[in-house]
Amino acid sequence: MNLPESYLEYSKRRYGLDHDRHDWAPADRRGPLQLKSGKKAAAFIVVPLEFFPLDPPAKPFSHPGSMKTPYPDLRHYTTRDYGSRVGVFRILKALEDVGLKATFAVNAAVAERYPPLLKAVEHAGHEIAAHGVSTAHIHHAGLSCQQEEELIDRCRAAFPDAKTWISPARNQSYRTLDLLAKARFEVCLDWEPDQRPLALRTEYGPITSLPLMNELSDYTLLIDRRQQADDWAAQILEAAQFHLDTYADAGAQCFGFTLTPYIVGQPFRVSSLRNLLSGLAGMPELEVVTAAQVNSSFLLPGQA
Amino acid sequence: MLSDPNLYDYWPYAGRPKLVWPGEKKLAFWIAPNIEYYEYAPPANPKRQAWPRGNPDIVGYSQRSWGNTIGHWRLMELLDKYGMRGSISLSIGLIDHHPEIIEAVAERDWEFFSHGIYNTRFSYEMTEDQERAVIRDSIESVERATGQRIRGYLAPALTHTEQTMDLIAEEDFWYTCDLFQDDQPQPVKTKSGKLISLPYSLEVNDVITYSVMGYTPDQYTDMLKRHFDQLLEEGEESGTVMCIPLHAYLVSQPHRLRPFEEALAYIASHSDDVWITTGREIADYFRNTYWDQSLMDIRARGVAKGGSGFELA
Repeated sequence: MNLPESYLEYSKRRYGLDHDRHDWAPADRRGPLQLKSGKKAAAFIVVPLEFFPLDPPAKPFSHPGSMKTPYPDLRHYTTRDYGSRVGVFRILKALEDVGLKATFAVNAAVAERYPPLLKAVEHAGHEIAAHGVSTAHIHHAGLSCQQEEELIDRCRAAFPDAKTWISPARNQSYRTLDLLAKARFEVCLDWEPDQRPLALRTEYGPITSLPLMNELSDYTLLIDRRQQADDWAAQILEAAQFHLDTYADAGAQCFGFTLTPYIVGQPFRVSSLRNLLSGLAGMPELEVVTAAQVNSSFLLPGQA
Repeated sequence: MLSDPNLYDYWPYAGRPKLVWPGEKKLAFWIAPNIEYYEYAPPANPKRQAWPRGNPDIVGYSQRSWGNTIGHWRLMELLDKYGMRGSISLSIGLIDHHPEIIEAVAERDWEFFSHGIYNTRFSYEMTEDQERAVIRDSIESVERATGQRIRGYLAPALTHTEQTMDLIAEEDFWYTCDLFQDDQPQPVKTKSGKLISLPYSLEVNDVITYSVMGYTPDQYTDMLKRHFDQLLEEGEESGTVMCIPLHAYLVSQPHRLRPFEEALAYIASHSDDVWITTGREIADYFRNTYWDQSLMDIRARGVAKGGSGFELA
């Protein structure tokens, strides 16, 4: 079969990006930003609390943490559930010991299933962000507008006050951002095109994107790439130190990373987790805040 | 198909009632050598191919056979050196193939539990009667060979059906190794019997660390020590369980056994705080001492769902 002639037509071939969510603004063409606190960089910690059902759909794709062997895959179901039962409490304790607050990104299904867990997170003063319905409810371009709005509505009902959103598997349709803004979400952690807060345009006003670094994902580094926990922790500390060291030229920048309970909540990784968190807490010029706080931590351009 | 197997209720780790192991120990440690038999020419199962390359898989088969010919004996000597008894996850068919191994293990008063008949016969698509036959074959074969009544089950190749837990509970099994949701035991919601989930491990299982994750022997030793340190520290608050599941065809390799010994020596040196025991003994103690207390605390959390495995209330 031959390709149609339109295959060589490039309707978006123009200066800048091929979408309108934000403008092209390369690093060397804009002024540095500052943090209100006078610190040199900001970091935010995301703890996903996910439900992995025993009967996941294969479409639009299998969530990376999803079941792997034929039904009933008790092995992966219980391994993931370990995170919500045991691992998350190790993370909560490690955060508490160094006095850091994180953004807990919660599936609506987890909030519905495990109210005591949500209470423990709220009680400790962490941010609760909406993380979609479950890992079996991935947002994608094949959903109708109504189907996608129903998913977001279920999350809004579970988390009436949440400001921050992460889509399951950080996947979106073309209209997800519009529907999120419509549902009053202010911060979205799916896009990572910049190293500072970035306003994305939607039909319902702007939503702020913050860079949750895919290349620092604990799932990617520890499970997919099979690195050791000390090496994982060292890379996050290096990212923080890099931003402190480049502040003079680049201004204040920010980045986020994930602590996945069923991964870094494993006993043999807890010492690395503790070293990481105390390392971050011990950087006096690094601001470690929740995702919802990062945006308001920056001075707007022109503000002194 | 259900999205939640309903085999246990949610039980947050923080604030559980205190477990103390016999002798005021903080951590119950058990070691589970898998002595498996993989068939040279296994029959097909519609859900999973026995050998990834197809039958016969010469390297895969003979490496596991090496595990029984050479590896097992090295590992047994090593555990003898540290006075540790193994809990053997046994491919029951091995009783017929290699009675010398069974005899040597039984002489040491180690425990046997069932890991199916062969690691190349999967539970997928078995009828209830077929799966029950595997379980009864397991009980009878071990009893005939050693006089021991088995009390634990690890489904062959970790393949399950919706009935697995009910069937073993019905046959008076005390523990399952197939559930990985916790570092402490928990009652399993079966229709009859008194079955607990006993922490086994995939994370520190040599199949995962060597065959899946590709860690080096030194990395494995380092992770075992860290795992142990963390669970021992937490065991002060409420007793924890650590298991090292092993496969001689992996851990007894000449380049791996001595680094592994370092981890074993480290654990053995903490015997003041650690109950070095078998799966059966942990299960027995938990069932007799903490079964009711655990259920009461789970109910008190307000999220118990009722019903039983694969049957919602």
